[in-house]
Amino acid sequence: MFEHVKDLLKAHEGLKHEVYLDIENSSMVPKEVVEAMLPYFSQYAYGNPTLTHKPGWEAFEAIMESSQKIAKFLGCKVIEEVNFAPGETEVNNLALMGAAFTMKGKGKKIVVSEIEPLSVLHVTDLLSKYGFTVVKIPVDGEGFINLEKLADVVDKETILVSLSAVNHEIGTIEPIKEALEIVKDENPEAIFHTDASDAYGKIPFNVQDLNVDLATLSSYKILGPRGIGVLYVKEGVKINRILEGQIGTQKLWPGVENTPLIVGFAKASELAFKDFEGNVRHMQRLRDKLIDGITGKIVDVRLNGPKGDKRAPDNVNISFLRCEGEALTIELSLNGVYVSSGSACTRRLLQPSHVLVAIGRKFSEAHGSILMKVTRCHTEEDINYVLEVIPKAVERIRGITGSVEMK
Amino acid sequence: MSRVPLPYNPKILELFRHPKNLGKMKDATVTAVAGNPTCGDMIIFYLKINDEDVIERASFESYGCAANIATSSIVTEMIKDMKLEDAWKISWKKVIEAVGGLPSVKFHCGILAVGALKRAIRAYYQNKESSPSWLSEELTFEEKQALEEEELAKMISKRMKKEGRK
Ligand code: FES
Repeated sequence: MFEHVKDLLKAHEGLKHEVYLDIENSSMVPKEVVEAMLPYFSQYAYGNPTLTHKPGWEAFEAIMESSQKIAKFLGCKVIEEVNFAPGETEVNNLALMGAAFTMKGKGKKIVVSEIEPLSVLHVTDLLSKYGFTVVKIPVDGEGFINLEKLADVVDKETILVSLSAVNHEIGTIEPIKEALEIVKDENPEAIFHTDASDAYGKIPFNVQDLNVDLATLSSYKILGPRGIGVLYVKEGVKINRILEGQIGTQKLWPGVENTPLIVGFAKASELAFKDFEGNVRHMQRLRDKLIDGITGKIVDVRLNGPKGDKRAPDNVNISFLRCEGEALTIELSLNGVYVSSGSACTRRLLQPSHVLVAIGRKFSEAHGSILMKVTRCHTEEDINYVLEVIPKAVERIRGITGSVEMK
Repeated sequence: MSRVPLPYNPKILELFRHPKNLGKMKDATVTAVAGNPTCGDMIIFYLKINDEDVIERASFESYGCAANIATSSIVTEMIKDMKLEDAWKISWKKVIEAVGGLPSVKFHCGILAVGALKRAIRAYYQNKESSPSWLSEELTFEEKQALEEEELAKMISKRMKKEGRK
């Protein structure tokens, strides 16, 4: 196993501790969740839920039960509002394209913010090639959307507005409720979508309170398995499918349902909500310990995004000046701390994170950014270890930068 | 079996962890810069050249990815005790070979290292009365690439300013 990367792995041998903080890009699945999923692969409920035999009926029951659990945590009216699809990218594609194509006759304008995830922005880029007009709302230095600009832009031509509830990179908790009121005041018919992947299980998020039309959830962001997500669709709101094929229990996503992953997502939700307040406080404590530890110990660093209650409880995003992010992520990996960076060098494009650029960070600041997310499963010891490793890693990489000048 | 090569083979990782000839050289004969921090890549090369036009010492500093650090490091080793004429002949392909290969997305990191070297050599002769015949007037591929990246960085910065960034 791992034949091709064995040299890379060897360089990691003898680590005294390892801490995975790259929850933005994938996550470890806790034992309880794996155990909940396992029997659904080969013991029971492995059938197609729409077919008339025992393993199918079992699968049907498992999927309905999972929908019910997630519906409850979301505050849905009916469980039909919960639609499973394979992950945040697919769900955002479904939400945006599905809504745009349904509303096509009513107008052409789609409104998003500059800091939406790429699974929103790249879809709107595509839609603009099909005759839709896409308007991007700017954000301020902490990533809050400009509500005045939103009010200016939304009009009767606007068919769809998509704004994340929590920004995936810098943790800004957006004023979604106010945004929705502005949108519906201008045009009650416009569909309001929110990517809530970083909100669900992290901040109070109730679809009925908020009254959004569509909301995206991602399983792995709450330590469920990858490859599964949910599109909440408010009762009465209609959107088109974007794939065609055999329809099973999920009317918006044809194909055979992945029962084990659905069960895993429901289980991860249960664990996140079992002691929601406690989990949030725990994450906040670790987040602040990490932020304070870094900003207190290392010079020339900048926190990206807001502080305190306006920030998601799990998000830490810090720019280390004179420190190229890709080199830093590797140095951290070699010391057992796994994170990601907004540096251009970690991407195939020559441009750094669009979110950091949108909040006015200089390119050299964005290249030195590190994104980390803590979870309910991380411990104080984990954070202590990270705080031991980061200053040394930053010092070493800054030593390589030497006198290279940042403009 | 063909697969996308990993950016980091053992050699690169080793050079990243223990770069050779790292740091500013106070008594350098020439210094050259390539790249721009806007793109996330920038290198400084320092050469100590003796009267026979031989590179006695070379060192570097890099704001860039691990591939950039590794290729810069290996260039400084390759050119030690080399005549400038021979150092001039080093191509980016040779450098990438020397580090055991790079995936295509990381080629530019190695090209930049060689670009900095060639700029340093060119700068050295600019201060002299005459330049040798082997020194082409036309920019080498690596110098052109470095220039292109710098232009791109400038363009990006300008565009951002135009868009009225805070
Ligand atoms: S220096 Fe940016 S990718 Fe290598």
